[in-house]
Amino acid sequence: MNEHVHADPHAGHGHDHAPPQPDDKVHSYYQVLGIALKELLIEKGVVTADEVREAIERRDSITPARGARIVARAWVDYDYKARLLADGNAAVAEMGCPMDNTNLVVVENTERVHNVIVCTLCSCYPRELLGLPPSWYKSRAYRARVVREPRAVLGEFGTALGDGMEVRVHDSTADMRYFVIPRRPPGTEGLSEERLAELVTRDSMIGVTEAKAPGG
Amino acid sequence: MRGPHDVGGTPDRPVDPLPHDLTFWEKQIDALHALIGDDKRRISTRDENRRYVESLGHDVYNTLTYYERWTAAMCRHLIEKGVLTQDEIDAKVGEVRRRLAESGELELRAGEAEKLP
Amino acid sequence: MSNVFAPGDRVRVREDFPPGHIRTPVYIRGKTGTVTRRFGTFENPELLAYRLEGPRKTLYEVRFRQAELWPDYAGAGDDTLDIDLYDHWLEKA
Repeated sequence: MNEHVHADPHAGHGHDHAPPQPDDKVHSYYQVLGIALKELLIEKGVVTADEVREAIERRDSITPARGARIVARAWVDYDYKARLLADGNAAVAEMGCPMDNTNLVVVENTERVHNVIVCTLCSCYPRELLGLPPSWYKSRAYRARVVREPRAVLGEFGTALGDGMEVRVHDSTADMRYFVIPRRPPGTEGLSEERLAELVTRDSMIGVTEAKAPGG
Repeated sequence: MRGPHDVGGTPDRPVDPLPHDLTFWEKQIDALHALIGDDKRRISTRDENRRYVESLGHDVYNTLTYYERWTAAMCRHLIEKGVLTQDEIDAKVGEVRRRLAESGELELRAGEAEKLP
Repeated sequence: MSNVFAPGDRVRVREDFPPGHIRTPVYIRGKTGTVTRRFGTFENPELLAYRLEGPRKTLYEVRFRQAELWPDYAGAGDDTLDIDLYDHWLEKA
């Protein structure tokens, strides 16, 4: 599948009639159709341009930093971690992250088990904690292969796990959304929660990588 | 027997691990898609949306990008729900195409021009 | 018919191929695993996809050994796959 996505340094200006920006071109029939649908829906009063703009801004405002804060708290507070594992929704609400219509299941990486998340059928993802999913998570290649050869796929992210580790893949086929607490890296004793959160990457909360080492 | 979306366990290429920021166009589609299904409008639901994407057929599903699939599914959904007609969509597509071509924003990939009305 | 299971139960996924919107991937149909969690009841997405309603379904998390899912599984022997399945797709194994 061709994914003709490219960085859009001018995202957010929201004006269809602005002069063309580098890499901001329209390349396919369906892209033209998407713009046409938007304009028709605005003309008919089904949506307003303000609503579209605000919805885009909301999406831009949610980043993996939200999830990283949750992980950092779980690393320093074992009681909080236990609450997260027992009831994900209640525990993340404690940190000011209410989940809208999402049933959150939190799983923990240990010295014995490494979890990795996928939605083979579409692209279900805990957006309230991580923002919009990355292209690779939605790609056919990831969805097809991670359930069948997870270690090879993890290898493509630079992650190698020993045979003594159980790799556990979660296919989010239904109403639950999964979130991984990666292992706390060694050499992080005494670091502040804020500093710890900086080590927690989005990819580590999906499970394709581990968290970053300090000073790395 | 197997829908085009039901890909778990089938062979595929190596995963490209780079994150690739969403383009502005993609964020617009994501936003629009959510708005038409929100509590205010309820034109679409999550499960209906999935069914529409799954019904695109193997060829279309496998040649379109993720947000192009959502656009195709959303288009069919809006027509079937009577929100828009094919005629007004075709007319608007023609108008948008002309405007983008005039402003130099249109750079169609090979094979795309034939699809436009 | 409502199928009621508890964590620890061995269950087999139905090997059926009905038309419509199904959230049981083809790769898991006909396979046998162990129930690990009972999530509660939810509306059936197979009906919701058509804006229909029906009896709520119980959702279970079921764990499978990768070595039993794929004939050529190249990973470690203990590797597993967890998947969330609705009760009407499961039979006691």
